[in-house]
Amino acid sequence: MRYKLILDVKRGDFDAAGEASRKIKDILQQLGVSSKVIRKVSIAGYEGEMNLAIHSLGGKIILEVGEEELSLTIKDIGPGIDNLDLAMTAGWSTADDKVRQMGFGAGMGLFNMNKHADNFLITSKIGAGTKIVMKFSLE
Amino acid sequence: MKVSDLLEKKEFKCLNPQIGVEGVIESGYVGDLLSWVMANAGSGCAWVTIQTHVNIIAVASLLEMTCVIIPEGAEVEESALERAIIEDIPVIITNLNAYEVCKILGNAGI
Repeated sequence: MRYKLILDVKRGDFDAAGEASRKIKDILQQLGVSSKVIRKVSIAGYEGEMNLAIHSLGGKIILEVGEEELSLTIKDIGPGIDNLDLAMTAGWSTADDKVRQMGFGAGMGLFNMNKHADNFLITSKIGAGTKIVMKFSLE
Repeated sequence: MKVSDLLEKKEFKCLNPQIGVEGVIESGYVGDLLSWVMANAGSGCAWVTIQTHVNIIAVASLLEMTCVIIPEGAEVEESALERAIIEDIPVIITNLNAYEVCKILGNAGI
């Protein structure tokens, strides 16, 4: 393991949203990760961060950088997703009107994460929370 | 085309010119759904959006956009401007609509 970072994301804190992704991007640039990989991690990380702010009761983003790949884990403390297949469908969202007016809630978050990560795993349990592990090859 | 070239046109005004406006606009993108923009906009673009809150700066910065253009006289939130100064993203306002902005960018060869 070359680097590990744990960042907290609070529920509903839209003003701070994007700061965790920004930190991750800065660190990856310092570690000399290619701009192509940084772009993919930035997109997936921002979507994860926004999902935590919009939908979760709060959570963490964990970045772990190894020699050949890096992983991004998005973990929250609830409420959990009832139907994962539906949640993964592009365009499906439970976001409220206020959030949609801000341009969020397009229903593309999980879809974008899955699309940009080289490996994507999501588990969720109602009442317990959701955990997403994304892996990116460092090429 | 540089941001400064765009600002020579009277229709455009930069709200945070102190950060420097010499960035090169390589392409354009229009969109207000942030996830959609995240997934599809390229780096080095001028992004035209009617969203005016602080998160547009996060998106622009993560994607390494050249500038954000807010059309139709929409008022940019103060927190967005503060973040734009930190993140080095020029925020440009205009009374033109998004299509008219794109026409100008297109006529300039973008």
